[in-house]
Amino acid sequence: MIFLLHFLLNHEDLFRILPECLLTLTGVLVMLLDATLPPGWARRPLGWVAAFGTTLALWGSLFQLSLPEGTGFYGTVETSAFTVFFHVLICGIVLVALLLSLDTLPEKSHHQGEFYALIVFSAVGMCLLTGAVELLLVFIALEISSIATYILAGYRKHTVRGPEAAIKYFLLGSFATAFLLYGIAMIFGATGTTQIYEIARLVPAAQNHSFILVGLGLMLVGILFKVSAAPFHVWTPDVYEGSPTPVVALMSTAPKAAAFALLLRVVYEMLPTLRSVWQPLLWVVAVLSMTVGNLAALRQQNVKRMLAYSAIAHAGYLLAAFAGLESSGIAAASFYTAAYAAMNVGIFAVVTLVSGYDEKLPLINDYRGLIYRSPLLGSLLIFFLISLIGIPFTGGFFGKFYSFAAAVGGGAIWLAIIGLLNSGLAAAYYLRLVLVAAQRPDLDGEAKSAPLQGAPRVGAAVIAALAMVVIATLVLGIMPNDVLHAAESGAHTLQIPPDEISTPVIVVEPQQQP
Amino acid sequence: MNQINQSILTLILLLPLAGAVLVALAPDRFKLPNWIALVTTLLTFGLTLHLPAHFNPTQPGFQFVIDIPWIQSPAIHYHVGVDGLSLWLVVLVGLLAPIGVVASWNAIRERRKLFFTLFLIQQTAMLGVFFSLDLMVYYGFWELSLVPMAILIAMYGRKNGPKAALKFFLFTFIPSAPLLVAILWLYTQTGSFDFTTLQILIAHGNFPTGALFWTALAFLFAFAVKVPVFPLHGWLADTFSEAPVALAMVVAGKLGLYSMLRFHIGLFPEQARAVAPVLVGLAVVGILYGACLALVQRDFWRLMAFAALSHLSLITLGIYGLTLTGWEGAVYQILSHGVVDGALFLLLGVLYDRYATSQINAYGGLAAKLPRTATFFVIASLAMIGLPMLGSFVGEFLILVGTFTGVSKGWAIAASLGVILSAAYMLWLVQRLFFGPESALAISKPPDDLRLGQLAVLWPLTALMLVMGVAPMLWLPTIATGTHPPPMHVQTITTPSQVEVQR
Repeated sequence: MIFLLHFLLNHEDLFRILPECLLTLTGVLVMLLDATLPPGWARRPLGWVAAFGTTLALWGSLFQLSLPEGTGFYGTVETSAFTVFFHVLICGIVLVALLLSLDTLPEKSHHQGEFYALIVFSAVGMCLLTGAVELLLVFIALEISSIATYILAGYRKHTVRGPEAAIKYFLLGSFATAFLLYGIAMIFGATGTTQIYEIARLVPAAQNHSFILVGLGLMLVGILFKVSAAPFHVWTPDVYEGSPTPVVALMSTAPKAAAFALLLRVVYEMLPTLRSVWQPLLWVVAVLSMTVGNLAALRQQNVKRMLAYSAIAHAGYLLAAFAGLESSGIAAASFYTAAYAAMNVGIFAVVTLVSGYDEKLPLINDYRGLIYRSPLLGSLLIFFLISLIGIPFTGGFFGKFYSFAAAVGGGAIWLAIIGLLNSGLAAAYYLRLVLVAAQRPDLDGEAKSAPLQGAPRVGAAVIAALAMVVIATLVLGIMPNDVLHAAESGAHTLQIPPDEISTPVIVVEPQQQP
Repeated sequence: MNQINQSILTLILLLPLAGAVLVALAPDRFKLPNWIALVTTLLTFGLTLHLPAHFNPTQPGFQFVIDIPWIQSPAIHYHVGVDGLSLWLVVLVGLLAPIGVVASWNAIRERRKLFFTLFLIQQTAMLGVFFSLDLMVYYGFWELSLVPMAILIAMYGRKNGPKAALKFFLFTFIPSAPLLVAILWLYTQTGSFDFTTLQILIAHGNFPTGALFWTALAFLFAFAVKVPVFPLHGWLADTFSEAPVALAMVVAGKLGLYSMLRFHIGLFPEQARAVAPVLVGLAVVGILYGACLALVQRDFWRLMAFAALSHLSLITLGIYGLTLTGWEGAVYQILSHGVVDGALFLLLGVLYDRYATSQINAYGGLAAKLPRTATFFVIASLAMIGLPMLGSFVGEFLILVGTFTGVSKGWAIAASLGVILSAAYMLWLVQRLFFGPESALAISKPPDDLRLGQLAVLWPLTALMLVMGVAPMLWLPTIATGTHPPPMHVQTITTPSQVEVQR
């Protein structure tokens, strides 16, 4: 123990990747235990081990706040308020996903230990992605998280859709990562470095301007694929439909949060001088995403596919924040990722509990009378849908509010109008589900009004997970101050290279008088 | 007492919410949800009466103000207060709530907990709209008021609940998108969501006129759908024929009309002047169109919907006539229309519960079997028509006088035609429901007149109609402090020539 402490004190750099280290140790421990435990023993406790390790990692990221801001490992990994914000968010999502899987995975499902380990390993990659300030490390982190998610997507390999989802996700995802890598190569070619701060310093004076533009474009393709923004969204509904629902809860939020953190870093920190190039691009992608997502979602009959298209639309709302200035745009986007994560994990948790691991009830019409058959799940479903619509006093409202406020502040009034009209359109399909759940079941005869069949048990872990997301959604909707502060101090550290950072100052919205 | 005055508005907002929590936790036995809801709404009504009791009519501006920073960035304050304009509207909302509970007493037979929980949340949202002086808080309550309403229509609707709920929600949710953008744009220009600050800044600031015009129009559009103003009334008839009685009473009019006065004319007096002629025209069309359609309806809920369109258009006319008389009449008419509509809906609800049809021609000759119902219905109908000595006469008269002197004689005459038509459809409705030969339906059920609970509500309401008709001076001076100077203290920001004051 003393040796370990001594080792840590001599290697201060390790503190810069403390959550990643803790998560890796947890993942390895879970895998080893899985391999060494006798075959007959239940693997479920391994889930608790993973959840415990994730909680430790969450604590570890909060601990990083006490470190002086700066980089470690030769300027490749950064810790700042920005990285801590996303670390805490990602660890929180992973924790909820683990708790959700604990109670919903079938008792005798194969490779349960691997499942937990893979979730933890994907968290390692996502955390590293938000902290990396070196493009090659960015690539490695992205691969770590992606490969784990590819496997998780195909976890139900006895079904038809499971392997299909995994293969689709893998093939398209590999292409996207390849695009990202080409982009990195182009930018390296133009500037001779892969360190983000160095690039930011060199870009204004760079000779090969077209290289940088092509590089930026290719990197954007790779990142926008990961956040499932249109026109790079085609994989989303199929993958969501085929993957186990707790995994969808994870991969519709955490990798997106990490990818948005990367996007913020690339556009605002690495290439702020090219704002005139990336801002119109992201404007178009934002409008496309929300419109395509919402129009397609209107026609869905399958709940998971509908939510997949809704996720695409939400990526669009979030991208609207990029039309804002640094001061409000970064904070708004960070806040939105948090609000979106809370409500989206919540709705997928409810979907998991309603339809079960085998998804016996995949269609919207299967939810008829849910509130009569299971008042708790019905109310929670309606609650999260209301938040997704963006009704005030829920997290979804302030997410949209900050995002569109940033857009209006940046002068993109039309983007805000299109966005808000889109959220009216979105209300139609969310409300359809609300109304189906609220409908009297007796309209369709006795069979439908029976209590939920084969629903997973609602144990302590699930209760804890649901409580976490409900509280998060409410807190973000009623008392968003603290989270917003965290997002703003994060935004502040992102705007200034680390050698100029003194103490984090809260950026407050400009209060100019006309 | 000072202590109470400082927190009374928060108390009024929290009380229904606390009741909602209590209903949600209490077991669904012995009509417990009904009783909790009734006690809560009565207490809330009692608290709202505290406001006029301690309101100081000589003091300009907002009273009972609470202003606490809520969110630092952007600067959103929990800023609430009432003035002469909102004072009595708040009391009206308080009064209608227990009536709504009584109207739902027997009508809601299953899932009572959910019904009353949502009903009480709806109550908080509506009160919040009238209290808010911060545009974001206002917007929050405005949006929040949609959700319980939509769910209640969907779950407790008569036949096509979900369809009507979707229609209602989309009709009112989509226009609030431009509203939010407009609010955000104002914030980026001024750095404030505060009503009074914005009022002064808009009057003095150098805004691009084009943008300000569109901002004002976005506000107006959201409110006009909510009222509704012709031709944006598509949701009204379906909502009225599906919504539970308690909600039909509160759904139309008040919120939208109040918001027009406070936030459209109050914030953008010049832009409102620019569009006022259009609205006057639409209002008159709405009066006549609604009245004509009400004449030909076979279903009494739909008849009430188009009658409401006609009457609400008259109030819109009073508002956009931009005369002080018209404004006073408009606010008075909102109050009176609320009371009268409340009584009529309660009575129609009683009929519907007993005979399970809203087809007018199925009824007939009920007066002999249900004398009390018939009597109250006739009185309320006469009040609705605007018979002198009853509440609506005062409001309608003031509005028509305002229009006649301040806008144009032609519009006033056209609007008066609507009043005549309203006599036609209301009296014809009374005749078809209560007089003539007894229909098969009337014979099929044993006579079962109004019960004690319903009488306990209808007597005070009828008395109120009468008092409002003969003693309008009990209300008008307070209302005048809110409308004079023109909605909210505009005298500090507009020269008299900009708002032509005619009396």
